[in-house]
Amino acid sequence: MEGQEKKGFFSKLKSKLSGTSEGLVKKIDRAILGKKEIDDKLIEELEEILIMADLGVKTTYDILEAVQDKVRRKALNDDHALRESIKSEMFNILKSEESRLSFEGRKPLVMMVVGVNGVGKTTTIGKLASRYKSYGKNVIIAAGDTFRAAAIEQLDVWAERSGIDIIKHPDGSDPAAVAYDAVEAGKLRGADLVIIDTAGRLHTKINLMDELKKIKRVMSKVIPEAPHEVLLVVDATTGQNAISQAKLFNEAVGITGIAVTKLDGTPKGGVIIGIADELKIPIRYIGVGEGINDLRDFYADEFVEAIF
Amino acid sequence: MFEGLNTKLSNVFKNLKGRGKLTEKDIDLVLKEIRMALLEADVNFTVAKDFVASIREKAIGNEVLDSLTPAQQVIKIVQNQLTALLGGEISELNLSVRPPVALLLVGLQGSGKTTTSSKLARMLKESKKKVLLVPADTYRPAAITQLKKLGSDLEIDVYDSDPSKSPLEICGGAMEHARINTYDLIIIDSAGRLQIDEVLMKELHDIKSIINPQEILLIADAMTGQEAVNVAQAFDKSLDLTGVILTKLDGDARGGAALSIKAVTGKSIKFVGTGEKADALEPFHPDRMASRILDMGDVLSLIEKAESAFEGEDVDELHKKIKNKSFDLDDFRKQIQSIKKMGSMSQILDMIPGMGALKQKGLPQADEGELKKIEAIISSMTKEEKRKPALINGSRRLRISAGSGTQVQDVNKLLKNFQMTQKMMKKFSKGGLKGLKRSGMLPF
Repeated sequence: MEGQEKKGFFSKLKSKLSGTSEGLVKKIDRAILGKKEIDDKLIEELEEILIMADLGVKTTYDILEAVQDKVRRKALNDDHALRESIKSEMFNILKSEESRLSFEGRKPLVMMVVGVNGVGKTTTIGKLASRYKSYGKNVIIAAGDTFRAAAIEQLDVWAERSGIDIIKHPDGSDPAAVAYDAVEAGKLRGADLVIIDTAGRLHTKINLMDELKKIKRVMSKVIPEAPHEVLLVVDATTGQNAISQAKLFNEAVGITGIAVTKLDGTPKGGVIIGIADELKIPIRYIGVGEGINDLRDFYADEFVEAIF
Repeated sequence: MFEGLNTKLSNVFKNLKGRGKLTEKDIDLVLKEIRMALLEADVNFTVAKDFVASIREKAIGNEVLDSLTPAQQVIKIVQNQLTALLGGEISELNLSVRPPVALLLVGLQGSGKTTTSSKLARMLKESKKKVLLVPADTYRPAAITQLKKLGSDLEIDVYDSDPSKSPLEICGGAMEHARINTYDLIIIDSAGRLQIDEVLMKELHDIKSIINPQEILLIADAMTGQEAVNVAQAFDKSLDLTGVILTKLDGDARGGAALSIKAVTGKSIKFVGTGEKADALEPFHPDRMASRILDMGDVLSLIEKAESAFEGEDVDELHKKIKNKSFDLDDFRKQIQSIKKMGSMSQILDMIPGMGALKQKGLPQADEGELKKIEAIISSMTKEEKRKPALINGSRRLRISAGSGTQVQDVNKLLKNFQMTQKMMKKFSKGGLKGLKRSGMLPF
């Protein structure tokens, strides 16, 4: 089923990522095509393009270092070979972080969703839940953001829209209690997937990160392995701070997967390459639009083909 | 991950030392470090490039090359230039027109418009304005409910927007409502949108033309990367912004977006959001932002916070007590309370130069729970004990720990720390900081 779907969506993905294609790849093309020689000036131009696309300083130098190495070994003869080389560097970075979420032996699979404020956690959960429901999974979502005004209502709207069970407590109540109840409900009702929302928090706030640890800890009292997945949601508009976010969230609660949201429209898809290169954490999903179907599984080949 | 620019530049110059006069080529090496620092802070590539070019001119025509402390010289030039570029001085809201004055908040999804509009409303209400909040985000589920809740918590009126109406109708209705009910200000919270979404950008343009807002403020996330330039440019082009509010500055983002936005739009940054609480909205200080982008800390903010936390009379009294050596546990507790008033520990640490780099290296964090514990222990002591801690013997320690819900070890630790503090103060009253340094009690 998914293979079929994948093909059908490809052209749509291509148009959604046209901004990135335009802002990254077309610029690379303009810089290199027709060039006889790969000199310092060209490398400098490429550096500008990659950094402007938010690949980050380190990743940009990694890629250009690899390319220059090939030039020195005379492995790159013309502009087309150079283009292919950049493409394959990017693909390799992305491919190594491609990995699917496995439901096997996990009933329910418990997923905890974390991230800084405003990255789109609640929206991502709404979309994930309705998608897995459409695959025939029995899904429960938990309104664990008891801090932000109306966050519970926001998730409630999503639950109602797609007819999904929601576990919620009143505003201001203990998010760990919500998480506990959700995992327990998932176990008792024989759900396939339990997704737990958490309040957005800046990764530098120790007390809030401690709260997150506690939320995680209580889940394991119901199911020892839970949460099976700790999904970090990162906004594609974020710059170098994405690295710091992932690092500190990882230290606190052990990130097992990343969703990169808001990749559509504008030329900011490059950030995903930087994230993959620096974080070494699987990228599970990419968000390419507002529609329910615009949150997609991440495939490195599909992504690279769509932008190149 | 980031090394402070200070350290980096010092290293560069160290390597250059002993080679006689510095050449232009050496300066280029230094400029490369500056450029990297800016890029790592998410300053837009082109903006960084132009900036470094302007520094080059200044640096070369200057006495940097002959200076004994070239690193400091260059940093000074960089900091001054950066401050100038960021806006020179504080820019305030312009509200001097006939009421109701409309403020329109715009920006990408998740940049913090709703939170900021409630913070702004609270701030303006403090200055005795009658404020109406207008939720005009009919797209995101429960966005209207969110603002209504925030408004009722802060006792600020929120316009009863009908989600089935268009944002344009809502804004028109709200303006009329404000006129009839003599509000001074209305703050419109618009829906988040991508700058390339033509339909939604036109919607904002329409709102602008019917309510004629005095201020159109772009709400931008301090964590934004290279995209900040495109966002700011597009919003400015279609709406002619009057200013910018930078949010989420309480994180560890260096906030290069601030420089990018200012450089491409020329519009001032008016406020910064520095926390989740409703009062965490502060005026923008270009000089402090410059230090932050360069990872040089923000000592000015720290001093300001300390000044407001430690009130004048208390400080005088404290001085007296230190001199008379009558500083007791009660005073110790007062000090702790003052520190707590300054904000969270991590916020305070953030303002200290070089702390950014240290934090990245996993520096142990000062624990707020620890402060609470100390307060509880001191509160469980008798007046006599607070004045003369020497009185506190074994059985008293047991009682205090039981009374404060702590362990005897905690009480012991506190008493020991207090003894240390007293010793330090004695040295201090004798020879000031020098006395302390000689005694080896300070790590620097």
